[in-house]
Amino acid sequence: MDTFVRLPVDRGGPAQPLLLASGLRKHFPIPGGLLGRATKVVHAVDDLTLSVAKGETLGVVGESGCGKSTVARLLVRLIRPDRGSVVLDGDPVDEPHGITVNELRRQVQMVFQDSYASLNPRLTIVETIAFAPKAHGLPAAEAKARARDLLAKVGLEPATFAERYPHELSGGQRQRVNIARALALRPRLVILDEAVSALDKSVEAQVLNMLIDLKDELALTYVFISHDLNVVQYLSDRVMVMYLGKIVEIGRVDAIYGDPQHPYTRALLSARPSMDPRRRTREAPIQGDPPNPIDPPSGCRFRTRCPFAEEVCARVEPPLADVGRQAVACHMRARGSGHSRASR
Amino acid sequence: MTPLLSVKDLQVTFVTPDRTIHAVNGVSFDVKRGETLGILGESGSGKSVTLRSILKLHPAHRTRWSGSIALEGDEVLTMEGRALANLRGRRVSMIFQEPATAFDPVFTIGQQITESVRRHTGKSEAEAMKRAKDLLEMVRIPSPAQRLAAYPHEMSGGMRQRAMIALALSCDPSLLLADEPTTALDATVQIQVLLLIRELQRELDLGVIFVTHDIGVAVEVSDRVGVMYAGKLVELAGVEQMADAPRHPYSRGLLASTVHDGMRGQRLEAIPGAPPDLGEVPAACSFAPRCKSVEPRCLAAPPPLKPVDDSHFVRCVVAA
Ligand SMILES: Nc1ncnc2c1ncn2[C@@H]1O[C@H](COP(=O)(O)OP(=O)(O)OP(=O)(O)O)[C@@H](O)[C@H]1O
Ligand SMILES: Nc1ncnc2c1ncn2[C@@H]1O[C@H](COP(=O)(O)OP(=O)(O)OP(=O)(O)O)[C@@H](O)[C@H]1O
Ligand code: SF4
Ligand code: SF4
Ligand SMILES: [Mg+2]
Ligand SMILES: [Mg+2]
Repeated sequence: MDTFVRLPVDRGGPAQPLLLASGLRKHFPIPGGLLGRATKVVHAVDDLTLSVAKGETLGVVGESGCGKSTVARLLVRLIRPDRGSVVLDGDPVDEPHGITVNELRRQVQMVFQDSYASLNPRLTIVETIAFAPKAHGLPAAEAKARARDLLAKVGLEPATFAERYPHELSGGQRQRVNIARALALRPRLVILDEAVSALDKSVEAQVLNMLIDLKDELALTYVFISHDLNVVQYLSDRVMVMYLGKIVEIGRVDAIYGDPQHPYTRALLSARPSMDPRRRTREAPIQGDPPNPIDPPSGCRFRTRCPFAEEVCARVEPPLADVGRQAVACHMRARGSGHSRASR
Repeated sequence: MTPLLSVKDLQVTFVTPDRTIHAVNGVSFDVKRGETLGILGESGSGKSVTLRSILKLHPAHRTRWSGSIALEGDEVLTMEGRALANLRGRRVSMIFQEPATAFDPVFTIGQQITESVRRHTGKSEAEAMKRAKDLLEMVRIPSPAQRLAAYPHEMSGGMRQRAMIALALSCDPSLLLADEPTTALDATVQIQVLLLIRELQRELDLGVIFVTHDIGVAVEVSDRVGVMYAGKLVELAGVEQMADAPRHPYSRGLLASTVHDGMRGQRLEAIPGAPPDLGEVPAACSFAPRCKSVEPRCLAAPPPLKPVDDSHFVRCVVAA
């Protein structure tokens, strides 16, 4: 029997991370310069290590270009890392004693922002959802039945919607179809890359409620990438903050939002527009734009915008280290780093 | 005193070979000098169409409009020729989400701002250059003299947005139209640009209409807020009234479904369904199919915009 028909099984037990990525690096050479030789390199993701626990939602935040989507694409192996490894529930990916990339992609699915571009305009939505299960060997009738079942789960009445084409759906409905499609292979981990960002607020709320329900019902684990800090706070158990290809802070959601340690995390949080007209923002927390990921600053990459930057920050890259409830990469929080605000 | 801008019962309909879209269905509001009116609404609610109408920017051959738009007493909808050019180039400026639409990629920022200054003021080249530098300084672009020589693509997103604001202000407009100018910016940059717009509005005593779909953004910049739904203003109030006690079921739903601090663990109160098709003139309250408080009288006719008090208006038979 095809492996596909099996329900996913927990192999390593609840304490073993569902996904462990170590030392991931992805640099993109940009063609240019003399004779079209690659002269410059985008440091999209640099030596990034993270784990995702079974059943949790890991939120990922950071400004445009900091590498969030690149991390996601590395985790599902849509692109190959220059370095580093991915281990799924104890099984290394694409290594002799591990699992294949195909098997990884069955267990880890992705949902993107652009709900229109990611659907085939010539397939009805039931065909779209049934496509992958069929390709994996599920008989057509069963694949269709599963697709209809999933449509109902994402709140689209199969009798009304099954035979429609993508252009006959609203943005919110199309995004529900994308989510149903991602669930069709019964994945264990779903990576949602700005999956609700294009939706209007009233529709976004519907989809967020649905994501929470599906997670419980299907025992899913989520990596939730978004530039909307409020939505990430609402949905996540842990949060990872990225800046120019690096993790600057990671920890439980209440620690990150309630007691942020990295100056960038603080700036990001206080840059959120106020919802209270009596407490409007008086001053922008930091000035300038994020620097270009080509030739990132030496040492701490945030130093060009950091109000606390000192000489050591340009010279030494701060390691990501535990400080109480979270891990943070800042010399001010590292004992003996040489920063005047660090304890000795 | 005549307001800076007075829009009365504006209706905009697009007629294309395959369909008719009633994009704006009777919108009325005033903007005073020195005031920012925020217009909040979801995608397709008619925010941009309303804004573009003020510059009479819609394609003439397939747009039908009625109502009135008066800028300092002058009717815009019948303007043509020089009067229209003067309106667009001098009296009213617009900034957008995408600065690429405002700048020509083959000219420097300095050339483009200088050219605009010369066109509107008849200043000499040297004077216009000086003014361009002052404008860049005004929008807090560091080392403005060097920046004049930069091409648009050589600037970061936030800088380009500032340069676009400088270009928009180069003709000393009395009204600035802002169509989601910060939506594409990063969080830490967005707040800088919002604060800049707020400061410039005060410094220059501008009237501003700021369109956004983000409640937080509207709260940061607006004195008054109008909420649009399906081509109508459904509520209009001072920003504090709107944030504390919105009356229209749609405004309330929008606030309840916007995730913010402290909502963790609560189920979101989503508004069911989706906005209506704009193919027909609404014969009832457009929000009725999604409204929890719907009653038979909501379906009898489109409800009028009624005052709750002298500065708060709501288009709902139940809430008014
Ligand atoms: N295929 C590619 N070739 C070259 N550069 C790339 C490629 N993919 C991504 N990059 C660059 O890598 C950096 C990280 O991009 P990525 O898409 O991961 O950012 P992101 O955090 O997802 O941003 P956003 O919030 O805008 O989605 C960016 O500078 C981007 O331009
Ligand atoms: N030139 C046009 N021709 C035909 N239809 C148009 C035209 N411009 C806008 N529309 C339609 O009018 C309606 C209102 O559009 P508008 O751009 O004002 O929405 P909006 O509130 O600005 O939305 P968004 O938040 O997505 O920018 C939409 O249904 C849109 O498709
Ligand atoms: S390491 Fe230095 S520059 Fe980086 S965040 Fe900490 S204080 Fe700022
Ligand atoms: S008029 Fe009726 S249907 Fe419309 S918003 Fe008010 S209560 Fe709801
Ligand atoms: Mg991305
Ligand atoms: Mg618009």
